Amino acid sequence: MTSRSGRIYLAVALGSALGAVTRHLVSVVALVSLGPAFAWGTLSANVLGSWLIGLYAALTEPDGRLMARPATRQFVLGGFCGGFTTFSIFSLETLLLFGEGRSGVALLYVAVSLAAWLVAVWAGHATGMRLNRLRRSDP
Amino acid sequence: MDGLVPMVRLSPALLLVIALGGFVGGLARYWLSGVVGRAVGETFPWGTMAVNVSGALCIGVLAALLPPGDGQGLTVSLWAALVVGVLGSYTTVSSFSLQTLALLREGERRRAAANVILSVALCLGAAALGYASAGALTGGVA
Repeated sequence: MTSRSGRIYLAVALGSALGAVTRHLVSVVALVSLGPAFAWGTLSANVLGSWLIGLYAALTEPDGRLMARPATRQFVLGGFCGGFTTFSIFSLETLLLFGEGRSGVALLYVAVSLAAWLVAVWAGHATGMRLNRLRRSDP
Repeated sequence: MDGLVPMVRLSPALLLVIALGGFVGGLARYWLSGVVGRAVGETFPWGTMAVNVSGALCIGVLAALLPPGDGQGLTVSLWAALVVGVLGSYTTVSSFSLQTLALLREGERRRAAANVILSVALCLGAAALGYASAGALTGGVA
């Protein structure tokens, strides 16, 4: 392993650790403030993480507004956003809703999640591209 | 969702355990998605799919082995480390979303739709399979 790929692996791992802790904090806040009837915490983390990855990926594209080293870029993209969002806990929560006999809520959770994740990543990416263009039109 | 409530605890020790689990899960995700991506090419996000489906299978197994309703100290710590930390961080929605958006932007509508449908179907199926098989092996929690 070259030292550069080693740095990227370390950046991903550290970002993922931070993302996982932040996701848990979001889950605790959601549980305390919104109650246990629905998976508000995971939904929030997955939507916010999708928005952030779209925004940051656009801003750090080769001709984007932000210059980021590969390790810094992967700390945010593969690290924080990857660790913050979770497909497995989303799957388990859906399964548990089916198991509780709340099939309608389970199907709604899947449909709302998919729509919200994709709208969020699109919105984040569109915002990033707009910020990139602002710089280019500057004198 | 009430079933997971006993597992959502907050303490400095649990946050440390989640961070360590998240560190390991992120490493494993980056490694496996890279290996799969290099092996089968990047025209379809198989790497992220492989990570998410295998993580869903494991979370089903762990949900059967560590009954979330139990709320015992050791169960809560193991859950924080392995489920919230390792598997939560190993699997990812953000890469899935970004890769689906990339397919849509390239005009690959059918591949984008296939990524969404396959990801959801395979992950829910894998989680159910893991839960049912681990439940059957350990004497029928399921």
